[in-house]
Amino acid sequence: MATTQSVRYFDSRGSRAFDIANAVLLTVLSLVTVLPLLYVLAGSFATESEISSRPFFLWPHKFVTDTYHYIFSTDTFVRALLTTICVTAVGTAVQLFLTLTMAYPLAKRFLPGRALVLNLVIFTLVFSGGMIPTYLVVRDLGLLDSYWALILPLAINPFYLIVVKSFFQELPEALEEAARIDGCNELNVFLRIVLPLSKPIIATFSLFYAVGIWNDYMSPLLYIDDSKKWTLQMIVRQLTAANADSANVLQQLETVTFPEQGLKFAVVVVATLPILFFYPFLQKHFAKGVLIGSVKE
Amino acid sequence: MATDLVPEVVQPAADAPRQAPPGKKSRRARRPVPLWRDLLRYRWLYLLLLPGLAYFLVFKYLPMYGLTIAFKDYVPFLGYSGSEWVGLKHFQELFTGPDFGRLMFNTLLLALLTIVFVFPAPIIVALMLNELRVNVLKRSVQSLIYIPHFLSWTIVASLTYLLFSVDFGVIANWIHGIVGGQKVDYVAQADWFRPLIVLQLLWKQTGWGTIIYLAALAGVDSQLYEAARVDGAGRWRQFWHITLPAIRPTIVVMAILTSGHLMDSGFEQIWLMTTSLNRDVADVFDTFVYYIGITQGSFSYATAVGLFKGVVGVVLIFGSNFLAKRLGQRGLF
Repeated sequence: MATTQSVRYFDSRGSRAFDIANAVLLTVLSLVTVLPLLYVLAGSFATESEISSRPFFLWPHKFVTDTYHYIFSTDTFVRALLTTICVTAVGTAVQLFLTLTMAYPLAKRFLPGRALVLNLVIFTLVFSGGMIPTYLVVRDLGLLDSYWALILPLAINPFYLIVVKSFFQELPEALEEAARIDGCNELNVFLRIVLPLSKPIIATFSLFYAVGIWNDYMSPLLYIDDSKKWTLQMIVRQLTAANADSANVLQQLETVTFPEQGLKFAVVVVATLPILFFYPFLQKHFAKGVLIGSVKE
Repeated sequence: MATDLVPEVVQPAADAPRQAPPGKKSRRARRPVPLWRDLLRYRWLYLLLLPGLAYFLVFKYLPMYGLTIAFKDYVPFLGYSGSEWVGLKHFQELFTGPDFGRLMFNTLLLALLTIVFVFPAPIIVALMLNELRVNVLKRSVQSLIYIPHFLSWTIVASLTYLLFSVDFGVIANWIHGIVGGQKVDYVAQADWFRPLIVLQLLWKQTGWGTIIYLAALAGVDSQLYEAARVDGAGRWRQFWHITLPAIRPTIVVMAILTSGHLMDSGFEQIWLMTTSLNRDVADVFDTFVYYIGITQGSFSYATAVGLFKGVVGVVLIFGSNFLAKRLGQRGLF
């Protein structure tokens, strides 16, 4: 798409000047986007005095890992990290299972009752019961302070469901038909024909679901009271909150108070790193992301 | 990359109702074949459908039934049906109470700021990227500016705190070095709440927002540009007469989507940036529901506030969609 552009303009002087200004501006924009992250990464390896005295740096004078030693020696942080990893893994599996199994029958135009179910799904995009009624359902199911409360209420993202459904619809019908003639029932067609063909989309949505759970702050805020069951996002919040009352919560958490600013840097880094690690994969599946993003925003 | 996605982009939302016109289908379902024969014939498909359906019924439709407590005085001990009906009491309380004006003002002002500052940003950046001729640079810029989209609001709020804190915030110190005077606590103070919210939205969503416009721009036929050049159109006129019209439909669709969600100030973002000093300007409907419902336990009143917001949301979505169709654009449904 860019090759057409390169022959598009003849090089007038104004045009050249514009190109340079444009490139510079966009470079600045990218730097503004990533510099905060790089600064926090550098700060997490710096000493306390360097953080408070040096204005801005991307490489610490003195490279220390004290903050990481400290946070990984606290029960609170390690527990939160393990909790988040487990909830993300189990949650993603549950979400994928529910999304795939539901999307497949919804992709079958001949299925009686399909339209009704599809309308039920689409209606939830426009209108929902909202925070309190959902909270009450979770409470009445006895899920408060349970890890399942972080998974089940968000188990299916209707946008993802609709995208997966559309994907299934576009699979060649002949393949499934052949399997049926060979005596496969619908369940086997789904398991042996459709799922293996859907690996790319399964990979995509595993990532999107996993990022969603990892980043989720609202669910633990609503449903988890017990600070021993907090996820990483809750810890990050407690450490760097602008709220005046957060200090109290912290003192209940640990007998040792968190003394250093550097800890905040380190915790932010640990909470961000998995996302950045998976970022190349996420970016690879941008095509699907456009789809989702466009319906969502 | 995301080149050939333009037609697909609007498809999911657009095609869904077409496949499922509610009136027609239900009539066709009443054909002579008895229900149990269908159930038996498609038993595996229905079995697969069941877990997902159960999810929607329990976590989406049960809460909708729960909305009835907006018209009751909900007492947990008595349950949904046992609690006493009170009609519109909670709505009266909301509309005549001291909070309504403030909540409405804060919500709408944030929406306005979003439309003015956040909405155009990805369009401008996408147009700039589109004019970029060095491919390597283009791809690098894209890779970098998409990153923040995947970070949580907790991380964004923490970054804001680390950069703007009074004690050691890099940006706060930098501004202080230039402007001088007294140190400002940007994160806590009410005056800086809205600028920071807008700044966060710009940082987090601008890059990601460009994708859809870039997809539209990539779909423009290069012959149009060639023809224009032959006719003597310079770079500016090509931009004005070809590039801009090419993304107008996308802009309209995005505008509909945005205006349909005017009332949805992001709960997580605002909640995370709320302090005891800025609550007067920070409180919006979403966070207010949390305060009175979860913190104070007034479930019925909080549900009423949420229901009010939800209904306004539905009206906005259908209204903006209707408007777009009247203006001759393709709507969402």
